[in-house]
Amino acid sequence: MEQIPASIWTLTAGVVVTLISFWVGHHHGLLPEQASEQAPLVDNFFDIMLTIGTALFLVVQGAIILFVIRYRRRAGEEGDGLPVEGNLPLEAFWTAIPALIVIFLGIYSVDIFQRMGGLNPGDHTMHAMHTPKPAVAVVAEAPSKTTSDATALLAAAPTPEIGIGASPDVQGKAPDVVVDVAGMQYAWIFTYPDSGIVSGELHIPVGKDVQLNLSARDVIHSFWVPQFRLKQDAIPGVPTELRFKATKVGTYPVVCAELCGGYHGAMRTQVIVHTPEDFEAWRSQNQAIATTPVIPSLSDRHVEEMGVTPQLVAQVEAMTHHHSPAKL
Amino acid sequence: MAQAQLPLDTPLSLPEHPKAWKWYDYFTFNVDHKVIGIQYLVTAFIFYLIGGLMAVAMRTELATADSDFLNPNLYNAFMTNHGTIMIFFWVVPAAIGGFGNYLVPLMIGARDMAFPRLNALAFWLNPPAGALLLASFLFGGAQAGWTSYPPLSTITATTAQSMWILAIILVGTSSILGSVNFIVTIWKMKVPSMRWDQLPLFCWAMLATSLLALVSTPVLAAGLILLLFDINFGTSFYKPDAGGNVVIYQHLFWFYSHPAVYLMILPIFGIMSEVIPVHARKPIFGYQAIAYSSLAICCVGLFVWVHHMFTSGTPPWMRMFFTISTLIVAVPTGVKIFSWVATLWGGKIRLNSAMLFAIGLLSMFVLGGLSGVTLGTAPVDIHVHDTYYVVAHFHYVLFGGSVFGLYAGIYHWFPKMTGRLLDERLGILHFVLTFIGTNLTFLPMHELGLKGMPRRVAMYDPQFEPINLICTIGAFVLAFSIIPFLINIIWSWNKGKIAGDNPWGGLSLEWTTSSPPLIENWEVLPVVTKGPYDYGIEQHKGSTDEDEDEEE
Ligand code: HEM
Ligand SMILES: [Cu+2]
Ligand SMILES: [Cu+2]
Repeated sequence: MEQIPASIWTLTAGVVVTLISFWVGHHHGLLPEQASEQAPLVDNFFDIMLTIGTALFLVVQGAIILFVIRYRRRAGEEGDGLPVEGNLPLEAFWTAIPALIVIFLGIYSVDIFQRMGGLNPGDHTMHAMHTPKPAVAVVAEAPSKTTSDATALLAAAPTPEIGIGASPDVQGKAPDVVVDVAGMQYAWIFTYPDSGIVSGELHIPVGKDVQLNLSARDVIHSFWVPQFRLKQDAIPGVPTELRFKATKVGTYPVVCAELCGGYHGAMRTQVIVHTPEDFEAWRSQNQAIATTPVIPSLSDRHVEEMGVTPQLVAQVEAMTHHHSPAKL
Repeated sequence: MAQAQLPLDTPLSLPEHPKAWKWYDYFTFNVDHKVIGIQYLVTAFIFYLIGGLMAVAMRTELATADSDFLNPNLYNAFMTNHGTIMIFFWVVPAAIGGFGNYLVPLMIGARDMAFPRLNALAFWLNPPAGALLLASFLFGGAQAGWTSYPPLSTITATTAQSMWILAIILVGTSSILGSVNFIVTIWKMKVPSMRWDQLPLFCWAMLATSLLALVSTPVLAAGLILLLFDINFGTSFYKPDAGGNVVIYQHLFWFYSHPAVYLMILPIFGIMSEVIPVHARKPIFGYQAIAYSSLAICCVGLFVWVHHMFTSGTPPWMRMFFTISTLIVAVPTGVKIFSWVATLWGGKIRLNSAMLFAIGLLSMFVLGGLSGVTLGTAPVDIHVHDTYYVVAHFHYVLFGGSVFGLYAGIYHWFPKMTGRLLDERLGILHFVLTFIGTNLTFLPMHELGLKGMPRRVAMYDPQFEPINLICTIGAFVLAFSIIPFLINIIWSWNKGKIAGDNPWGGLSLEWTTSSPPLIENWEVLPVVTKGPYDYGIEQHKGSTDEDEDEEE
């Protein structure tokens, strides 16, 4: 071992670390399947960071283990180690390299975030076309509700200025599908303003530009579809949007990610990504149901405090089980 | 500056020294910084056990997907109080209150803290705060998480929530009082013969920590007081339906609570910088870089809070600014890590319990730091925010980065505090169990979060059950790891091997006095003749003037 120069060892170690890091970065299998336009962007970025991270981890961890073994005190050994107090070039090197890495990651993440639409919520051309009228219509159907301020806020529906907005390729265009999403303890309610459908599950067509207008009726909830890599809080009083394109037909979980009470963990539903034809079929089938009057059967508390409309209650009844903690 | 107000009938050279303190002294309003330090440490450790029991209960619940062990509200109460206790009643008081109070005066050659009575007062705010927090369980326990975001915190368990707020305000006050004391003590009371560049790095870290606490804690207090008003007095600072704004709370909260992470970790970094050189028998590598990086972390750390709010109501430009500032904190942190690793190089490393915990911290913190970088970037954070990935990350940082450091500190300074050595075999067993337990508990959580499991849930999707089971087993290993430690502490305190004044051959001033130290620390104040880390440096044995030319 003594005959082989240190530089050869360093080189070999460098190559091995690089290979392992690349392998880990691309075969980690830690992320669920990708089902939105944004997902590959996030994943590639994550893979890059995992690659760099693995390399740094192996180098630092390797150094620690190596030093601990090599420089451990043997039995009977006395005295002190080498009195090295610093090494300016070395310190400059290990300050500069991480600084460069994080600056690179910072700039790159801005770029990814831009492509995800993170920098464009409340794009104005788009909102000129999509006026908040539909939201008003939904509320108007419930004249009997005792006033709920949250609902009133929903009705006002000012232009969302936060959230994940249009990605650059659809910027300035109106979305293909708009869904108003209201979070309440412990359910999501999806309202389709153009058809009046109210649902406890989200149905969307694949490959279409979908915009969710998020609102919260009681506490903060957070809309998350892991397969879409998208998450956005629904905050009482703060209209928010989440715009994306699903890329794969299938059924994916919708998870509430913000602590919203005891049954937060039970606030789960599904997003069903249809082919455009199936979506149309679903829509025409459900439009009929939505206009049939139904009698509320949720507790009075829900109806009165939250200003839930009768249809909405029926739909939630039919499609989710989350309103009734006793069953969980 | 006022020195310790000691009863005059206690002569300094008491014959039965070092047994000058009786057990009941620890239950009094004692003004000696060493007594206060130990009071803090023991109290904090008791809270650690309570918080740990809550964690074990939570992990038991999470062993299966259904909510079958704790009801969901109780789960949330445990989760909230576990987080609160671990942060505000364990790491912060143990690191700042315990080690800070015990060590700072000893390390700078002072007889006590600058304001001894203020110091005792700061400690005595803690027990009522803790009692208030635990008593909140009689009212259902606060359930809104340690972040207590409104509106949830304003509508659930309001009495318990108010008690929670008051408890935090009490410990916050304690921490402000303590900070003032540390700043004045370090600034004014180090022995004249000690140059600033001979100040032990632990003291630099305490200085940075105190400055940070002083700037950020009042903001938290303000935020919480407004919340208290919203809950109890009908105001609507955070009520959207009455003109308030829930997001304001998040800004106020995180303006404190992100820096709070550095409050926890900076003193621990200080402990690392003391423990590693002594047991590696080498000067610390890059003294100045470590000292300045503490100050840098403290400054940049004030400008990163919005990374906790990437998915909530923040305008896009903020997300960008805070992505960049967050990532920048990684640089001074990295500098510290690299410096400690370099300190190991060429050493004669004594692999005892203190050193094992310090090295354990290094390896765990590297992982926690790297996952922190991924969280700092908005695109990835959007996906994993509020998931188990975050739980994994902050336990690597807080358990790996804080608890390991506190243990390292305890093994290192126990002989100074008690005059007796801890048993090494039990110590190593403790380390091995803790290291395995921590990784078993928290490593799999990264995958849980990435795959789609949100945090703060008592029930979850059954597909995550197998991984959760591993975490739960890990938590039990961790729970058992405490046993050898407790036995060790109790047994060694009474019967352990007598340590002598300087069992490790340390060079900082605390090792120049007896173990345990005299009531006023020294009979004659020490004169600094060499730096605290001059291991293996012979020429430094001369006068201080010689060093002056050397350093340039
Ligand atoms: C003894 C081993 C520990 C175990 C098994 C453990 C386990 C857990 C679990 C299961 C949660 C709840 C996660 C959730 O539902 O979202 C949690 C939350 C938390 N833990 Fe620990 N933990 C441990 C030690 C620590 C330590 C030492 C600290 C800090 C120094 C800490 C700080 C926290 C914090 C801040 C939270 C978040 C609470 C919240 O979300 O409000 N934990 N821990
Ligand atoms: Cu929710
Ligand atoms: Cu929730």
